[in-house]
Amino acid sequence: MVALIAIPLLTLACVPLVAWAVRRRPWTAPWLAVLPAALFLLVLTLPDGAAFRLAWIPSLGVELSFRLDGLSRLFALLITGIGAGVFLYAASYLSGHALLHRFLATLTLFMAAMLGAVLADDLVLLFVFWELTSLASFLLIGFDAHRSEARSAAQQGLMVTVAGGLAMLAGVLLLGRAAGSFSISEILAQGGGLADHPLAPWIVVLIAAGCFAKSAQWPLHFWLPNAMAAPTPVSAYLHSATMVKLGVYLLARLNPPFQDMALWQGLLVGAGAATMLAGAVLALRERDLKRKLAWSTVVALGTLVTLIGIEDPLAATAAVVFLLVHALYKASLFLIAGIVDKKAGTRDAMQLRGLRRLMPLTTAAALLAGLSMAGAPGFIGSLAKDLLFTVHVGLPGLLPSVALVVNAAMVVVAGVVATRPFLGAPMETEKAVQDPSMAMLAAPLVLGALGLLLGMAPQLVDHTIIEPAAAAILGRPTGISLGEKQGGALVLAMSLGALALGALVFLGWQRLQPVLAGQRWLDAYGPDAGYGRGMRALAAGAVALTRRVQGGSLRRYLAASLVLVFGGAGLLLAARGGLALPAPGLWATPAQLALAAVIAAGALAACRIRALFGQVMAAGLVGFGVGILFLTLGAADLAFTQFTVEILAIVLLVAVLARLPFHALDARRPGERRRDAALALGVGAVGTAILLAVLSVPFEPAIQDWMGQAAVPEAKGRNVVNVVIVDFRALDTLGEIAVLLIAALSAAVLLRRAGKPA
Amino acid sequence: MPDSLILRASASYVLWAGLALSVFVLLRGHNEPGGGFIGGLIGALGFVFHALARGPAETRRVLRLDPLAWGGSGLLLATASGLPALLLHAEPLLTHQWIDGLPIGTAIPFDIGVYLVVLGFALAFVLPFLGEESA
Repeated sequence: MVALIAIPLLTLACVPLVAWAVRRRPWTAPWLAVLPAALFLLVLTLPDGAAFRLAWIPSLGVELSFRLDGLSRLFALLITGIGAGVFLYAASYLSGHALLHRFLATLTLFMAAMLGAVLADDLVLLFVFWELTSLASFLLIGFDAHRSEARSAAQQGLMVTVAGGLAMLAGVLLLGRAAGSFSISEILAQGGGLADHPLAPWIVVLIAAGCFAKSAQWPLHFWLPNAMAAPTPVSAYLHSATMVKLGVYLLARLNPPFQDMALWQGLLVGAGAATMLAGAVLALRERDLKRKLAWSTVVALGTLVTLIGIEDPLAATAAVVFLLVHALYKASLFLIAGIVDKKAGTRDAMQLRGLRRLMPLTTAAALLAGLSMAGAPGFIGSLAKDLLFTVHVGLPGLLPSVALVVNAAMVVVAGVVATRPFLGAPMETEKAVQDPSMAMLAAPLVLGALGLLLGMAPQLVDHTIIEPAAAAILGRPTGISLGEKQGGALVLAMSLGALALGALVFLGWQRLQPVLAGQRWLDAYGPDAGYGRGMRALAAGAVALTRRVQGGSLRRYLAASLVLVFGGAGLLLAARGGLALPAPGLWATPAQLALAAVIAAGALAACRIRALFGQVMAAGLVGFGVGILFLTLGAADLAFTQFTVEILAIVLLVAVLARLPFHALDARRPGERRRDAALALGVGAVGTAILLAVLSVPFEPAIQDWMGQAAVPEAKGRNVVNVVIVDFRALDTLGEIAVLLIAALSAAVLLRRAGKPA
Repeated sequence: MPDSLILRASASYVLWAGLALSVFVLLRGHNEPGGGFIGGLIGALGFVFHALARGPAETRRVLRLDPLAWGGSGLLLATASGLPALLLHAEPLLTHQWIDGLPIGTAIPFDIGVYLVVLGFALAFVLPFLGEESA
């Protein structure tokens, strides 16, 4: 199935094309919606179980493999379907924007990453696409880069999701190790045995942490509402079908092997329930339409994670239905909030009133989506709610009441967002308010209408979309049909109770909101404030550490480096018992001993002489002495190099000394001098010990002999040293000269800066 | 810098003599002591002498290109000398190719590349210290 790999990769290849086309011909922008629409149809027609594999990193067992099953089909359909609406909407919403081409290209990149992540059948491949969604969403959230609010929100989203991504990477690697494969289908085929693996708890915790960060679970939920700094189409896309649902996707994907583990269930249900409650409270106290919707997304994500954590065919079905319901109404409501914001000039739910006569079509779309969100009978939302309550009725503890309260809160949010701006006496606006163009209305209307259509005729998606996806979460067929009425009188009572309670609170929301908003401690001690404090502490800590470590004294840096390197080497040598003397045959000739004495004298003189020029000369004695020593050992090339380097060094030193004013020649106190002397002796001793230990190991002449024999026939050269440099080990040399050039580049930058007047 | 007539008059001769020596050392390196590393250092010494006598600005004029550009072209040349092996026989990078029967092959441009990198590296480090750049 080549079409399968083409879906993410061709979309990826379209990114520069989109940027180019929209930049040159802005009228193409709305037509870009054809791309996701075509992909939607393609995904719809591909057969179940379609797969594509290609070796990628065979030595690590990583494959470029994609696979389509019920779960990935549901996600791919949401990504492309809602994507088509969002592209169409964005082209109008940002029409005339100077950077529209960049926006649409980034949106395409994001869509490609999402498609790749949900279609990947290899954990490492999935992780790559997963991180790509984080990067692309960073660009999208920070699109209005001139606003500091957008920049910090983008950074926050990136920090949280990428930190989670790191945890997930660790989890993925452990899982790959435990299962012996990175292939998701092979891991799923192993069944529940993985849960008994000793690494299983680590895998579960690490992967859950990554998914929780991505899917904004408490206490990592705070980045999501801040991401509202993004342009509205992005919010709609990120919240309804993509980014935040990716964590849910992975939890659902990996649920089968772990679903019976108490740890897995506890983590998911605990985090999900906490997220639901926190999101509900925060949603009620918010008056900005977009942020209010964002908090309700947090609630929905908590609900989904809880449902995945419950091991029950009904819960899996409920999760899938709720996922679909939420994607439909949330995308629609976000897009409507964007329309209202653009036309009426505000997103404040307290100020917005009576727009229904001015924008009748927008009102209709809002009502459709709002009723589905509230779970009104006839809409698919009510189906999801019934399933939800049926699952929760059988659960212990506070969970049923949590579900009831949270659902009532969702009814309130639906009322405030979908009806409050449109009902009541008309508000005063600066300019005339009217319905936007059909390009912007199409997606909200269609998505809202779908909510009603599927509510009336669930059999349209029952066996084609819902059941296969739920079966993938469960790891076996669910045997549940949406046609059958779920639950008994108790469930009906809960549904009606949630509706009634929600309606009641909605009527009093105008008075309740200021009370809730007045609870300032929620802001002062929330995780968002904690994140801010943490980031400030990180920066302050880095400054303090830099001041301490980078004091600016070259002598100190040198001492620290020498102590670390030679101290470490010395300890290692002593601990491994590596101290040894070489065989006596290697001892020096009298001439070499005399040379060594000259070198030692030069070194001593360099320490004792106070005049700088004298010190340079003494150091030169050491260098030339070593060069001659090389000559006595037959290393002509080495000696040659040593001499030229030595001349260059002396010229450089003298030139520097002549240019720079050195007044205080040696400002060290006697104590410091003694300490430096001890350090120098220590370094010398450790160096000597290391060399002696190296020489005491018997020499293996095989390589040397081969090089000597092969030099002329293979490399046409009699100078073996040069042949080694340019031929046998040419790749090493290439690396070395690259390093040389990098060093020269860095030095040039530093010297240029130092040369400039401050 | 010391203003000596002898130094200034001899500078360009010493430079060219040094460069000739360095190229000789570079090319003989495959059979006798020498090669790109040493040749590059000797060449650098020639330029350093020139800079001491005439000032680095004059030396940069003789060099025409920035030392870093010389070094960069050397790195490119050395890398490029490894490509024929990839293209001709699908062998690993930097397996040198020789003309049959002659000691002429891709190892020579590689060594010239090393020469240029070392020369550029040494001059990029030393020249800024040898006097006012804007003479």
